Amino acid sequence: MKKEKILRYIFLLAASVAILTIFLILIFIAAKGVPLFFKVPLGKFLFGMDWSPTKGHFGAFPLLVGSFLVTAGAVAIGAPLGVAVAIFLSEIASPKVANLIRPTVELLAGIPSVIYGFFGIMIIIPLVRNLIGGAGFGLISASLVLAIMILPTIAALTEDTLRSIPKAHKWGSLALGATQWQTIKRVILPSASEGIFSAIILGVGRAIGETMAVLMVVGNAPIIPTSLKDPFSTMTSVIALDMSYASGQHQQALFALALILFIISMFLVAMLRLVSHKRSS
Amino acid sequence: MKRIEDKIAIGCLWLSSLLVLFFLLVLLSYITIKGLPVLSPRFLFSFPHGVEARGGISPMIVATFYLTILSGIIVSPIAIGGAVYLTQYAKPGRVVRIIRFGADALSSVPSIVFGLFGLALFVSFFGYSMIAGGLTLSLMILPVAMRASEDAILAVPRSFREASFGLGATQWQTIKNVIIPVALPRILTGLILGIGRAFGETAAVFLTAGMALNLPLLPTDPGRTMTVHLYLLATEGISIDIAFGTALLLMIFILSFNFLARFLGARSVKGGS
Repeated sequence: MKKEKILRYIFLLAASVAILTIFLILIFIAAKGVPLFFKVPLGKFLFGMDWSPTKGHFGAFPLLVGSFLVTAGAVAIGAPLGVAVAIFLSEIASPKVANLIRPTVELLAGIPSVIYGFFGIMIIIPLVRNLIGGAGFGLISASLVLAIMILPTIAALTEDTLRSIPKAHKWGSLALGATQWQTIKRVILPSASEGIFSAIILGVGRAIGETMAVLMVVGNAPIIPTSLKDPFSTMTSVIALDMSYASGQHQQALFALALILFIISMFLVAMLRLVSHKRSS
Repeated sequence: MKRIEDKIAIGCLWLSSLLVLFFLLVLLSYITIKGLPVLSPRFLFSFPHGVEARGGISPMIVATFYLTILSGIIVSPIAIGGAVYLTQYAKPGRVVRIIRFGADALSSVPSIVFGLFGLALFVSFFGYSMIAGGLTLSLMILPVAMRASEDAILAVPRSFREASFGLGATQWQTIKNVIIPVALPRILTGLILGIGRAFGETAAVFLTAGMALNLPLLPTDPGRTMTVHLYLLATEGISIDIAFGTALLLMIFILSFNFLARFLGARSVKGGS
């Protein structure tokens, strides 16, 4: 009997590793990042315009803006495309066609981000350079690469939501004489709106935290881009580039950036929880 | 009017899906055409040499599999144990909600943050090493692995469990002798898919396992994975042919993982019915 009880606690411990890790991550990142704010005030870090860590200037605002812009660009392209693919898979495609497209989307989700970055350097950047001008590095290239990367997440979750809508709603609409597109637009999409919202939030989370692909195509200059062609930096790209040689306050500043990323991702998870609770109650 | 709007809208949906298919085909064929001439026994089995890292990538292949297998070994007992708790012991309530929130939260932590965490915790113990990288990656793939194990265990018919209890088995005996063995093929499928993520990871890897070109043998040895090698070659613009070979090899392995998981998954569905 005693053995059964001990085993129960061992299993509980295994189940708790994830939540314990969340606390460990918070503690370790904060312990290395927060000391920066004894020297550099938080307001100066968040809203300062000058990021030159080797000279002791830690204004992270251009990096925050960079992360925000590239995420917005990726979602603006990736979300409509992902939702369109999901509608196609659940409403339009014959089983045969769906069985071709669905594995395609799943495969895109499994491709390592460094391959996307490599493809970005080799194909997308020269393409952007020739079509639009500039060096090719920058917001357009980064948004395109990231859009492809978040598309599978958005498409898969949206399709799940679309499939969970009772078929009777659709048949009712069709029986009343609505066309297929009217049914999609007026019946199916409105009842799936919360699920699609969740899918997009997850896409935002993936885009803002993506590192390798972004690092390889943004051009890496810690300034706020004034055009779609300017190189810029994101929080993730700066951490990945600088960590190998940073020390002292510079290293603390990178951990502080990681802390911001961690807080943003926890905020997004909490938001998803709220949406799904509202739906289930 | 209605007809035209319908045609245009549905045409757009077709176009979006074909665009995604087209993109994948371009990506795969481009990397295959450029990478295939590089793939040779010499490329696979020899060491890189010189400042431009020409020659083979055998240490990177070893480092990649070393890290992936190590993280798989570390994560498996935790994921299966956690799934057993959630499916066999837990009652709905606050504890389960906290556990699930932890898993959701962990799966949304960006990989670069995992990298810094591994650097701050594991690297300070072991230095840049396979074990520091393996521990970091195992935590990263834990949510996926636990979810997959949970689904696998839930797919075991209730009657199996009840029959075992009916025969007088204790809970642990039921888990050990009935539930885990029946669920194992599906658990394996899920673990392979989770491990695929570890295989392709870059940011969390170079911050914890390093970039050294040596052949890693001991868990405390550093190493450079194929993804990190590809990143360094591509951004420095050196040995681009080697970069294409590495990219193609990565894709071949990732595709094999996918097919293996699908094959095992399909077999276990048949076996279960």
